[in-house]
Amino acid sequence: MTNQIKLNRRRFIALSVVGAGGMCLLSRCANSPLSRWRFLTEQESVLLDALVEQIIPTDEWPGARDAGVTNFIDKQLVGPYARYQETYRKGLSAIRETCKANYQKGFEELNWDEQTLFLKKMEAGKMAGPFWEKGLDRQLFGLIRNHSMQGFYGSPRHGGNKNNVSYKMLKLDYPVIIGQNRYKI
Amino acid sequence: MGNKHVNAIVVGAGAGGGIVAKELSVAGLTVVLFERGKWATYDDTDTDELISQRTTVLGNAYGPDDLRHRRVIVNADGSTKIVLPSEGGYNNNAACVGSGTVSYGAMAWRFMQEDFKLKTTYGHVEGSTLEDWPFTYEELEPCYEKAEWEIGVSGDDTQNPFAPPRRKPHPMPPFSHNKEAKLLYDAARRLGYHPFPIPMLRNSVPYGGRPACIRMRTCVGFACPVNAKCGTHNTVIPTAIETGNCELRINSIVSEINVNDQGKITGVTYFDDKNRKQTQTADLVIVSASATETARLLLNSKSRFFPNGIGNENDWVGRNLQGHAYTGARGIFEEDIYDDLGPGASVAICDFSHHNPGIMGGGMLCNEFIRMPYLFTGVRPPGEPSWGKRHKEFQRINFKRVGQVQGPYQEIPSFNARVEVDPVVKDFWGIPVVRLSGFRHEKDIEGCKLMSEKAELWLKEAGAVYTWQNVGGGKGLSGGQHQAGTCRMGNDPKTSVTDKYGRVHAVPNLFVADGSLHVSNGGFNPALTIMALGYRVGGYIASEWTKGNRFK
Ligand SMILES: Cc1cc2nc3c(=O)[nH]c(=O)nc-3n(C[C@H](O)[C@H](O)[C@H](O)COP(=O)(O)OP(=O)(O)OC[C@H]3O[C@@H](n4cnc5c(N)ncnc54)[C@H](O)[C@@H]3O)c2cc1C
Ligand code: SF4
Repeated sequence: MTNQIKLNRRRFIALSVVGAGGMCLLSRCANSPLSRWRFLTEQESVLLDALVEQIIPTDEWPGARDAGVTNFIDKQLVGPYARYQETYRKGLSAIRETCKANYQKGFEELNWDEQTLFLKKMEAGKMAGPFWEKGLDRQLFGLIRNHSMQGFYGSPRHGGNKNNVSYKMLKLDYPVIIGQNRYKI
Repeated sequence: MGNKHVNAIVVGAGAGGGIVAKELSVAGLTVVLFERGKWATYDDTDTDELISQRTTVLGNAYGPDDLRHRRVIVNADGSTKIVLPSEGGYNNNAACVGSGTVSYGAMAWRFMQEDFKLKTTYGHVEGSTLEDWPFTYEELEPCYEKAEWEIGVSGDDTQNPFAPPRRKPHPMPPFSHNKEAKLLYDAARRLGYHPFPIPMLRNSVPYGGRPACIRMRTCVGFACPVNAKCGTHNTVIPTAIETGNCELRINSIVSEINVNDQGKITGVTYFDDKNRKQTQTADLVIVSASATETARLLLNSKSRFFPNGIGNENDWVGRNLQGHAYTGARGIFEEDIYDDLGPGASVAICDFSHHNPGIMGGGMLCNEFIRMPYLFTGVRPPGEPSWGKRHKEFQRINFKRVGQVQGPYQEIPSFNARVEVDPVVKDFWGIPVVRLSGFRHEKDIEGCKLMSEKAELWLKEAGAVYTWQNVGGGKGLSGGQHQAGTCRMGNDPKTSVTDKYGRVHAVPNLFVADGSLHVSNGGFNPALTIMALGYRVGGYIASEWTKGNRFK
C-alpha cells in the first residue's frame, strides 16, 4: 500500500508537468536556443511537415504544412501536450527507421501515394517489425490526425492556422468584430 | 488565524450553490460561499475553440486545470486509467464562479410532469433504480418560476402543447430562428409535430440591468462578451455579496466536512488560495459541488461516526450517476443553411419526450448550436474518410450545409454507474480523487434509436438530401456536463441520500443542493431544474431559520 502510494506520488509529479509551459519530460529534448523548434529536432520537423501535409493536403487552398501545423504541434508538445512527447519521439523515429529499411530513403522523399499508403497502414495498426512496439502505429497516427485538425482549424493563437487560412477557406469572417471584440485590431 | 464562525457554508458557486447562497444571505444568515475556481472572464477564451468548455483539447478555459486535478476511470475490462480535466473521460462540467452557467449553451428547460413520476408512468424497469421523485412538478413549479424571473429566461411555450402548466409566462420574449431553424420549424409543422422556440437563459431584450444578446457564433463553451447570458455569476451571486452577509472565497477547495466528537457537523476543512489548510466553522453546511464532486466530498468525510463517508450508511452516495445519452441525426442540404446568426439552437419539439410505445421516456429534439471548425472535422457520414484531400473538400463544401437535430435521451438510472473515491490517486492538495465506474442502462439505446430515427425524418422533410444518424446511448458511463443523480432525494432513507428538501438523512445540519439530488435527469438539459432545486433547498432553510429552527 505504501509502495503504491509512493508510486502514485511519482506518477502525480510526472502528470503535474503536463500543461506547464516549457517543460520537457524527455532527457533529450532541451533544444539549443538557436533552434527554431521547441521540442522537435530539425530532422523530425521535416518528417512531421510531410505527415501533416498528408492529413490536410494543399489543393486550391494551402495545406497543413503552409498553415504552420508543425509549429502548432511543436508548441503544444512543450505545453498541454507534453504528455505526448514520448509517443512523438518514438513514433517519428519508427517511421524514419522503417522507411530507411524498406525504401532506403526518408518518408518525406517517398512519392505522394506511397506516403498515403504508409499512413493508411499506420491507421489500421498494421505496422510490423522491430521499430514498432505494439499499438504505437495507431496511437501516433491518431495524435497526428487530431493535432493536424486542431492546428489547421483552431485559433491561430496556438501557432497554426497561419493567416486565418482555414477560416478564409470556410468563408468565416475572423476575427469576429462584435461585442468586446470590437476593440481588436 | 481563525476564521469567524458563520451561519452557513455553501460549497461550490455554481448553478445550485449560487442560488442557495443568495437565498440564505438575503434572509439574514451569514454565509461563506466556497469556490475552488476563480472569477472567469470572456478574455479567458475569447473565440478560441480549442480551450472552449466544449472542445477542451488544450484545456478548460473555465476550469478545472490539468495541472492540479485528475480522476480515475475504470474501463470495461476492470483496468483503470488516470484522466485529466481536458480529456473526455474526466466527465467535466466547470470550475469557476458560476461554473457551467458562465459557458453553457443556456437552454432553460423545465422538466415535464411525467419526469417526476417515471416509476408510476412506466413501472419498474429491470436492472434499474428508476423511481418517482419525492414531490411532483406542481410542488417545484414556483421554484422554476423564481429561477426564470431572477436569473432571466427568454421563451414562449404556448406553442408547445406538451409543456407543463405554468402560472406566469417567461419574463422575456423568445429568440427568432436562423435559417436552419426556420427550415426545420416549417418541416416540423408539415410533419404534424409541434415546434416552438427553445427557452434560453439569455437576454432577448435588456433584462436585469444587462443588455440583449448580440447573436454570436461562439456561445456554448464560451463566456459572454456583453453579459447577455444569464448565470449565477451575474445575478444571484452579486446579489448575495451585496447583502453584506455573504463572503465569496475563491480559489479555495473544500477537502472535508468536519464532525465533532458528538458526531455533529461543525464546518469544513479547506485549502485557501495559497494552498494553506484552513478550517471554517458554521451552523449549517450545504454542498453544491456538482454531482461528481459532491459525492466525492461526502465520501471523503470519514470519521468514527461516518466510517463510509457522510450520508453513506446504505451505500447510496455516488450511485445512479446520470448524464444524457445525446442522440440524433445530421443531414447535408443542397445549399448553405448557415447564415451565421448565432448561437444556433433555437427550435425544438417535445413530441417524443414521453409515451413512445415500448420505450421508457424519450427526450426533447432540437437543432444544434453552431459547430465550430475543429468540432466539424469529426462530423462525417459513415464511410467518409477522417483525413486527406476528400476530408478537406468535405469540410470546405459542407461546413455551411450540414444541419443537425439531436436531443438528450432521459437515461434510465443505473445503480452501478457510480462515483467513488480512488484508494490511491490524490490531487495536488492530497485529496483522494473521484473514481468513475459502471455503465448506463442497456435499454437506453432503444430510446436513442427512436429519437435518432425521428431526427433523421425531420431533417429529410426540411430538405436534407443526404442524412445519417448518430445514435447515442451505447455501453459506457454517462456524466459530463449534465451529471446528476449521485445523492438522490427520497422519503426512504434506505434508498436515498437526502430527504425531499435536500437534507442528508439523519444529519440535521447538512444539505445538498445541486444536480446530485436528481432522482432522474429528464429528457432535457438540467440547469434550470438544478436552479429550481437551489431555490427549494435555500428557500426551505431560510424559512425554517426565520422560524427559529437551528437544525440541531
Ligand atoms: C459547455 C457547456 C454547455 C452547457 N449547456 C447547458 C444548457 O444549454 N442547458 C443546461 O441546462 N445546462 C447546460 N450545461 C450544464 C450546466 O452548466 C450544469 O448542469 C450545471 O452548472 C450544474 O449545476 P450544479 O450546481 O450541479 O454544479 P456546478 O454548476 O458545476 O457547480 C459546482 C461548483 O462547485 C465547485 N466545486 C466543486 N468541488 C468543490 C470543492 N471541493 N470546493 C470548492 N468548490 C468546489 C465547482 O468548481 C463548481 O463551480 C452546460 C455545461 C457546459 C460546460
Ligand atoms: S450569443 Fe448572445 S448570449 Fe451567447 S455569448 Fe454571444 S451575446 Fe452572449
